[in-house]
Amino acid sequence: MKLIYEKSVAGRRAVRSPRRTVPGRELIQKRLLRTQPAELPEVPEIEVVRHFTNLSRLNFSVDTQFYPLGSCTMKYNPKACEVVAQHPGFVGIHPLWPQLRGGGQLTQGALRLLYETERLLAELTGMAEFTLQPLAGAHGELTGAMLIAAYHRDRGNAKKHIMIPDSAHGTNPASAALAGFQVVVAPSTAQGTVDVKKLKGFINAETAGMMMTNPNTLGLFEPDVRRIADLIHAVDGLMYYDGANFNAIMGRCKPAEMGFDVCHLNPHKSFAAPHGGGGPGTGPVGVVERLRPFLPISRVVKTRDGTYSLDYDYPKSIGYVAPFYGNFSVLVRTYAYLLLLGREGLRAVSDHAVLNANYVLNKLKDIFPAVSDHCMHECVLSAKSLVAGGVRAMDIAKGLIDRGFHPPTVYFPLIVPEAMMIEPTETETRETLDAFIQAMRDLAQTARANPAALHAAPVTTTVGRLDEVAAARNMDLAFEGKFLHPNGVL
Amino acid sequence: MVATIMTQNMAFQANSPADDQAMLATLGLAGIDELFAAIPPDMQTSAFHLPAGLSEMEMTRRLAELADANARNLVNFCGGGFYDHFIPAAVDALAGRAEFYTAYTPYQPEVAQGTLQAIYEFQTAMTRLTEMEVANASLYDGGTALFEATMMAFRITRRRRVLIDEGVNPIYRTMLKCYSANLAFEFVEIPLRDGLADRAAFQAQLNRDVAVVIVQNPNFFGCLDDLSDLIAEAHRSGALGIVSVYPLALGIVKTPGAMGADIVTGEGQSLGLPLSFGGAYLGFMTTRKLYVHKMPGRLVGATQDAQGRRGFVLTLQAREQHIRREKATSNICTAESLCALRALIYLSLMGKTGLVEVAELCAANASYGWQKLTAIPGVKPVFHANFFNEFALSVPANAADVISALIDKGIAAGFPAGRYYRGMESVMLVAFTEKRTKEEIDYLAAALEAALC
Repeated sequence: MKLIYEKSVAGRRAVRSPRRTVPGRELIQKRLLRTQPAELPEVPEIEVVRHFTNLSRLNFSVDTQFYPLGSCTMKYNPKACEVVAQHPGFVGIHPLWPQLRGGGQLTQGALRLLYETERLLAELTGMAEFTLQPLAGAHGELTGAMLIAAYHRDRGNAKKHIMIPDSAHGTNPASAALAGFQVVVAPSTAQGTVDVKKLKGFINAETAGMMMTNPNTLGLFEPDVRRIADLIHAVDGLMYYDGANFNAIMGRCKPAEMGFDVCHLNPHKSFAAPHGGGGPGTGPVGVVERLRPFLPISRVVKTRDGTYSLDYDYPKSIGYVAPFYGNFSVLVRTYAYLLLLGREGLRAVSDHAVLNANYVLNKLKDIFPAVSDHCMHECVLSAKSLVAGGVRAMDIAKGLIDRGFHPPTVYFPLIVPEAMMIEPTETETRETLDAFIQAMRDLAQTARANPAALHAAPVTTTVGRLDEVAAARNMDLAFEGKFLHPNGVL
Repeated sequence: MVATIMTQNMAFQANSPADDQAMLATLGLAGIDELFAAIPPDMQTSAFHLPAGLSEMEMTRRLAELADANARNLVNFCGGGFYDHFIPAAVDALAGRAEFYTAYTPYQPEVAQGTLQAIYEFQTAMTRLTEMEVANASLYDGGTALFEATMMAFRITRRRRVLIDEGVNPIYRTMLKCYSANLAFEFVEIPLRDGLADRAAFQAQLNRDVAVVIVQNPNFFGCLDDLSDLIAEAHRSGALGIVSVYPLALGIVKTPGAMGADIVTGEGQSLGLPLSFGGAYLGFMTTRKLYVHKMPGRLVGATQDAQGRRGFVLTLQAREQHIRREKATSNICTAESLCALRALIYLSLMGKTGLVEVAELCAANASYGWQKLTAIPGVKPVFHANFFNEFALSVPANAADVISALIDKGIAAGFPAGRYYRGMESVMLVAFTEKRTKEEIDYLAAALEAALC
């Protein structure tokens, strides 16, 4: 498709500006002004509407396709949650209003929503208190790692290391590093869970804590989590729970009862807030009682008269991790979803998510070797048996596209060769799962019979496999009026 | 007795109880609990003190009650970096398409060309708006963007000292301090001089240890400056210049690119995002091509397929956490893609002329407001610099009290500077957007005058 800039014609416009109601003009010296207007598109509204409508149709999405992207929890995003988030009483409020003297009255509904969301998340995880400030999952991880650092600083502990399993998401080590820690990689056993014996050898007085996802990225529950927690706690370390896979245990287990001290959740996964093509998300962080003083400010508190206000009086707080109270518009969706599901519904989520994943695993493990016979909410299969014939996991992924399915996550976790990580979620029907299973089986057959056909996939999309090496070399990151490939077909 | 699966359709689960039973039978299981056998029983908590689920109607009613408990129809002159601009209907209509909002990060480019092309167009828009060479796909917000830019400057200069102007939004400076607690770097805050960056004070602090000079334009007090000389001075000592901007102002205001900035960041909320109680917002970053490998966040690049068809992919991913893990340029994963899409749609609708006009309207309304408000006895401008759409006034009373009194008149009259600046208890910041009318500004002036009597 042409770029919006390629559709621009001088003199055309979409929006008519409002009439000026005030006399006089702005009085800004010329040296402080830009010399020429920014080269933004000049297009009528219909062209803008067609452009973005047609662009949207080039995407696979949850509303149009099965999207079993492992570790991403691409479940259905309820429309009711979208609609309530657009309420003018939510979208129109200025974040600084409650910071005005007497301004708390202007945002009582919003503050109450935040307060109640925090309480619901605390109950769901067993944590004492939550902050909703972090703006994404990785931002929650960073906040959690900073809380661990603040705890040790307060206790005068000289800590250096954070333990992270080799199966972890890349954000874990990156977040720990940003909080000033060195990362120690904890190896997995052949079965795919943390090797406690080896871990023990790495733990010492300088161990600040350990970050874990449970179930882990292989879709396996870490059975030794409490023993690990005991080992970490014995050196005054803290246990961090990465909530990436919370969908597997929601309503059934509480991270606090597994021995975790800090946790973040991903409402854009577990609580059905949409992913937005890569954000906005949120990353609420919960802590046990002894970490409460370090939580970011402001805190939303309920006062004796039943009203809600902001409290900044936490002298040990790590400060502001975000400008305000979190990604409020996403938190409204989160709260709405929690209300819709309630106690039974949240447990039904994990029941069905785990059932669906095991069903897929069961029907595919004979042709794609699996790490384990059972899984939690996602399964990791390997395409390694096809490699000798010249077909790799990515080829299966591209073949799935031609069958109308979004591919699973491939080449992750790193410890499984030719990994394909499949997370069906609870919101898919059996027929959808069966169709996906059939497609996978067909592709395995094609891989053996006609590998070239898979190398050519996808053929049903507007573009085929794109040259990523050329993209990195040419670094065409913004349109400069012409493309580097002048002969390219638009 | 083994528990079977929940039967009520309350979790958006798609299958019927009969499906569940059939699937369990396929797995050779009698009940769902067997699938959780790997979890030790004492970790399978029974007590969850959570409310029962609500119907859609009940939930919608409950949320409407909460929304209605927030102020509506308040005449808003409160800014502080976050502004009440008009959003054309097409922004919501287009960004509300589920093909955009229910998609994931575009890891599979063939089925994500919609998102990828939009991000490429967004990157292009931000480079043109700031007159810089490259932009990333988005960051969380203006404050985290500033932190990421600071870290980027450390990587480029291999120095660890920061000079930051006190005109930079105090919320962002507070955030930078929070993030710096565990990282070995040092902040020096440079007080303003008559509302602008104090050249002599910066000069006195600039040396071979300084990694970066951070300024904001217009600054927190709304003052406009040409920072070219200060950035040039930073360059002479081997430091970089970061400018945090208000992107809508760049419709008319001199660009950071023209001032020689190395990294530009900002809060994109003014570009088609509602105030929404502080989020979701849009951090952005632009820089020079030279520094692109040191840049955090996703980047989309143009390329082609085997048939020569143009397409877009995530590129230069070797900088990122999923490849480099603890050695990545940042821990950032996805950021604010849908917000970036909104900004792109907004800028496409406003277009080359419309963005200039809306910026001029904001400035004109502020100019008029300045005349009206400074004519009130005892009310004085705090600084003498030119401003864009916000300025600081000193009132003959406690500004927080004055603003509080005006809330009862249906006006959010501004923001008390004393909240973040010691010694400025009598100062209030007043902001104007294109949404404010002459009648509303006259009403503010009358109400303020009455409140000060």
